[in-house]
Amino acid sequence: MTEFNAPDIDYAGLSPIIALTVGLVVVLMVGLVAKNRFVNAYLTLVALATTAGLAIWQWGEQEDLVAGALRLDELALAAALIATFAAAVATVLSIREPAADEAGHGAFAGLVLGSVLGMTVLAQAQNLVAFFIGLELLSIPLYVLCGSARRREGSLESGLKYLIIGSLGSATLLYGFAFLYGASGSTDYAAIAEALGPGGEGDDTLVLIGTAMAAVGLAFKASLAPFHQWTPDVYQGAPTPVTAFMAVATKAAALIALARLFEVALGPVAVDWDAALAALAVASIAVGNVGALGQDSIKRLLGYSGIAQAGYMLAGVVVFTEVGLEAMVFYLAAYTLMNLAAFVAVVARERETEHGDDIRALEGIGRSRPWLAWPLTIGFLALAGFPGTSGFIGKLFLIEATVDADYTWLGIAIVIGTMVSLAYYLRVLSAVWMRPEPEPLPAIAGGAPLSTIRDTEPGESGAPFELPRSVARGASRCALVVGAGVICAAATIAFGVYPDPLVDWASAAGESLAPFA
Amino acid sequence: MIQVMLWLPLAAGLIACLVPRRFAPWVAAVGAFLALDLAIRLVVDFDPDVAGLQQAVDESWIPDLGVRYQLGIDGISVFLVLLTTVLWFAATAWSAVRTPERAKTYFLMLGLAETATLGAFLAQDLLLFVLFFDLMLIPFYFLFGSWGTEHPGREGEGTIRPSAATIKMIVYTLVGSLLMLAGAIATGVIAGDGTPQFSISELAADPLGADSQRWIFWFFAAAFLVKMPAFLVHGWMPDAYRVAPLPVLAVFSGVLSKVGAYGFLRVVLPVFPDATIQFQEVLLCIAVASILYGSVMAFTQTSGRLVAGYSSVAQLGFITLGIFALRPDGADGAVLQMVNHGIVIAPLMLILVILADRTGGDDVTRMGGLAMRAPVLAALFLIVTMALLAIPGSANFVGEFFILNGVFQAKVAFAIAASIGIALAAYYALRLYQHAMHNRKPEGIESREIGWREGAIVSGLVACIVALALYPQVILERADESATAAVEATKTEVARR
Repeated sequence: MTEFNAPDIDYAGLSPIIALTVGLVVVLMVGLVAKNRFVNAYLTLVALATTAGLAIWQWGEQEDLVAGALRLDELALAAALIATFAAAVATVLSIREPAADEAGHGAFAGLVLGSVLGMTVLAQAQNLVAFFIGLELLSIPLYVLCGSARRREGSLESGLKYLIIGSLGSATLLYGFAFLYGASGSTDYAAIAEALGPGGEGDDTLVLIGTAMAAVGLAFKASLAPFHQWTPDVYQGAPTPVTAFMAVATKAAALIALARLFEVALGPVAVDWDAALAALAVASIAVGNVGALGQDSIKRLLGYSGIAQAGYMLAGVVVFTEVGLEAMVFYLAAYTLMNLAAFVAVVARERETEHGDDIRALEGIGRSRPWLAWPLTIGFLALAGFPGTSGFIGKLFLIEATVDADYTWLGIAIVIGTMVSLAYYLRVLSAVWMRPEPEPLPAIAGGAPLSTIRDTEPGESGAPFELPRSVARGASRCALVVGAGVICAAATIAFGVYPDPLVDWASAAGESLAPFA
Repeated sequence: MIQVMLWLPLAAGLIACLVPRRFAPWVAAVGAFLALDLAIRLVVDFDPDVAGLQQAVDESWIPDLGVRYQLGIDGISVFLVLLTTVLWFAATAWSAVRTPERAKTYFLMLGLAETATLGAFLAQDLLLFVLFFDLMLIPFYFLFGSWGTEHPGREGEGTIRPSAATIKMIVYTLVGSLLMLAGAIATGVIAGDGTPQFSISELAADPLGADSQRWIFWFFAAAFLVKMPAFLVHGWMPDAYRVAPLPVLAVFSGVLSKVGAYGFLRVVLPVFPDATIQFQEVLLCIAVASILYGSVMAFTQTSGRLVAGYSSVAQLGFITLGIFALRPDGADGAVLQMVNHGIVIAPLMLILVILADRTGGDDVTRMGGLAMRAPVLAALFLIVTMALLAIPGSANFVGEFFILNGVFQAKVAFAIAASIGIALAAYYALRLYQHAMHNRKPEGIESREIGWREGAIVSGLVACIVALALYPQVILERADESATAAVEATKTEVARR
């Protein structure tokens, strides 16, 4: 036993992960030296673009990496592409974000890249240990990012709340993994599936407990009801670009990882979990849509709407068919575009009005700021599933998948959820288009709580930059922010009118998973 | 050709957004006119002896989901397409004459609305139909909400705000539409073998089992009845009609309500024949209830818009009655009546604009004496009123006659109940006319002749009414083959089992 066989290292397959890691280190280091916010954003975008490019290069490869701990396939790459795109938009949105100025741009961008790295690992994981590493790598940077607006109480509260609830979720998940290991004697997905399958020696009780705890842990991460309570608070408190990033990228990585865990490792015991996941989906659709109804804060509203949307997408896992998985991947991509399109206007208006993310900040922007209003409108119409947008095709795909798998009632649940959702999506749109823009408030000292918090006071600040109000105001007109919204909205319409490329892309991702290959 | 006609209004709307503000209305009007021109050519080229589709287009769109881009016209849709383009041209020209604020967005939405409506009439793929059907709502949501006006409402009711009324309308109609979407998907997946199958003609050739038909039927019926609106699901109508901008309401009331009735003929009868037979009497009950309720409500309203709105409920009741007689004469009458009603209600809405100019509102009890100095306006209004009450000699009379004839032979009791509606129509139509035009002129109201540009648009529509009254055959003989085929489908299907 003197010889040590190192596993083969497939550098090409690992290249997206390597690019992210290198990018993370570089951005962090440069951030220490260069105090220019554009340099950091530029480097971050380069790192993300490289990652996306490498992922596209590896598209079509299917192989095991790192001694079988990770799986390189289209499904994993789809998650990586969604996460990098969301991170790129979040980077653009955070260029003049006060939170990024306070935390330091290098640290802020480094954390975003670290989280994307975690998402990529998580989506590729086909081993319980790798899964957990990916999940923690995803979560820990997000805890910090949520609390990065250090001068704002809400942000700190958000970070702390997310840390506590997230750790609870992680612990539950880990405990569940221990049971699964106990039942099957392995941490590897394929070996677990074999042990649980017919003729295997899987232990029923342990499997049930393990599956249930893993589902609960993942439900915390993907903000599925009834494990969603943290979502609205954390979304509202976190800096808005972080919220935008979290809302789409975390969901994509968590749902794709959930699909892989349940459909590959726990596929043989699908009868144990399909009803439970269906219940989670229906509960999320109900809680999310009803919860969003009375919200005045757009970030809370989008938080609840995200819970409902996660419920729709979970239906794609419940049906346990290839079409279901394809529908989920399609919807994830569509959801990323439309949700980001909706967030852009929130970020911009937050910086130029006194109302923060309140619905009043959006009143009348149809007249005064059409370039913000149109992407927002298209995003909300798509979230509500109106035709002509990718949201419609996504719902169509999901409902077709549910009916196809004899889960028609789940399809009807999606439809009923959509009906309820109209009430709050259209409420925002009527504020945008059908109300006059409110008169700006007179500048009374202490009269505008949000703005005073945003303003950094010179002298006593630990932040590397001072951010006078005038800068924050001028920043909102930044073409980059508007451009990000326009791109997302245009893609939403384009994939609604000509969905074929995205359907093919989602099909490739769906086909690549072992049970359907 | 139908492709150009379908997308032209949207293209014109987009171009209107790019040109300077001054030209936007005229770009949109030219687009609407060209669409009208193409629609007229479609009617001229139409071969009345063919029951099937003409000018068909069939392209693959989303192969993985089984959705095809399939268009075509037949005897049922060809005149509805013409009606759509006529009314849209009138509304666009009217809006160009009296340009609203934020004209660019307005004309974009108007163009999008025309494209979506034409798409619903042309689509031959079930999902494409659903898509266009839902798409119609978006532009009307913005048009009603952004360009609508507050309405004082009835006593004790309070002011009706456009944004609230519009959300109510959208939620009502989309609840139906989304159920229809679920029903359409279920139909396609159950009918398809592996890949879903959504082509209406193929679904009609091989219908689903009777059990599936039974629940899917109601999903579709919900969407169409809300759209019409029919009795019990008309709750959105009073608020929406009172706040909507009138030129938009002219096309909305004139065309969109017909999409619901058209949907029954195009989709429900051929694709769900067993369920249609089974629920025939339920639908006839709803139709008769709509006729009676609509008529009674129409003559108790003081708001001119609501008189028109409730009369639409009654008229759409007649159309539903004709369709669910499940006899060729009933269906012929229903198609004719769809066109008639559209061509009558649109000038009525435009005349309400003129009345509102002179009286400052739509409350008919505060109007009066407007005919004194305005003989042309009075004459136009009178012709519209006569057509609305279906006086013998008008095309509406022919349509209602055909419908009642069909129902008499199918279900006598329903026909007797429905004929009361005709008498009631005379009452509410004449009441509206008298209150507005005759009687003593109250203080502060000015009797003024209609302007020549507005007059030209209204007279154009009135000319259509007169032309149809003289020669309703033009529609009947083209619609007959297709309408007969639609109702006969239900008979042969049941016989085959």
